[in-house]
Amino acid sequence: MKSAVILFPGSNREGDVARAIAGICGTKPNIVWHADSELPPGTDLVVLPGGFSYGDYLRCGAIAARAGIMPAVHAHAAKGGLVLGICNGFQILCESGLLPGVLVRNARLRFICREALLRVERIDTPFTRRYAKNAIVRFPVAHGEGNYTADAETLRRLEGDGRVIFRYVTASGQRDDEQVLNGAANSIAGIASEKLNVLGLMPHPENHVDPLLGSTDGRPLFESLASVLERA
Amino acid sequence: MKARVLVTLKSAVLDPQGKAIEGALRSLGVPGVASVRQGKVFDVELESADKDKAEATLKDACEKLLANTVIESYRIEFVG
Repeated sequence: MKSAVILFPGSNREGDVARAIAGICGTKPNIVWHADSELPPGTDLVVLPGGFSYGDYLRCGAIAARAGIMPAVHAHAAKGGLVLGICNGFQILCESGLLPGVLVRNARLRFICREALLRVERIDTPFTRRYAKNAIVRFPVAHGEGNYTADAETLRRLEGDGRVIFRYVTASGQRDDEQVLNGAANSIAGIASEKLNVLGLMPHPENHVDPLLGSTDGRPLFESLASVLERA
Repeated sequence: MKARVLVTLKSAVLDPQGKAIEGALRSLGVPGVASVRQGKVFDVELESADKDKAEATLKDACEKLLANTVIESYRIEFVG
């Protein structure tokens, strides 16, 4: 498989996600500069990494969403190509209109840096097919603006179409919208596009791929991508 | 021509920063503050002297970048 990680000024998780992809999927991704206008030919997967692109100026992800490479990312998504946005990458996907809604300041204003428990809501997607049904996973989160917000109609549509892929849950594995760590509507941690080829999520699966760090709950996400994109 | 663009959160959107400022004002003992909502101000200088043209430019700027219309609304004012 051929992947591209987009590097924006202020991205800081591109190394982590490139390492996860290289280690699990077996091929090193191309690091693509934000001001380029084309993806490397034959790119299967585009990753927008975490970080603080443009210092979160104006709104998180707002300026990166208008970067030179983004029309190529839109075109890639439009023809069914896979796009993964993690943390700031999710914020960029929302700002660019590839995913609906927006990520706003955490409800209790604190920057949250800890592990979060999530339920995998769907395993029939290119990103989650290697998870067990209803699996509860532990991914790190590190964000100040992870509070997913959308109008009531958009939320109804996302839920109705089964496009919520990851949801925050409590220690007992239950969803609790009142206690959700960052205030996200419907405890949403990650959503997909209509055709399920674009995924955005706030938590960091790329940081839980090595047993040395205490968990490998993020590995199946990259194994899923590898299995989908395997070439004969 | 100079203009001021005001971007504010729509009234249905919760504003935790505004709430925190409201609480700080209360703890400072500033009397009579019922509520605070935080927004952004952009002072823009325009090349055109034509007001209609300038307004169209600013509207375009707001829709494309300055405001996220999912949660924010904007207002354009001309100064001087």
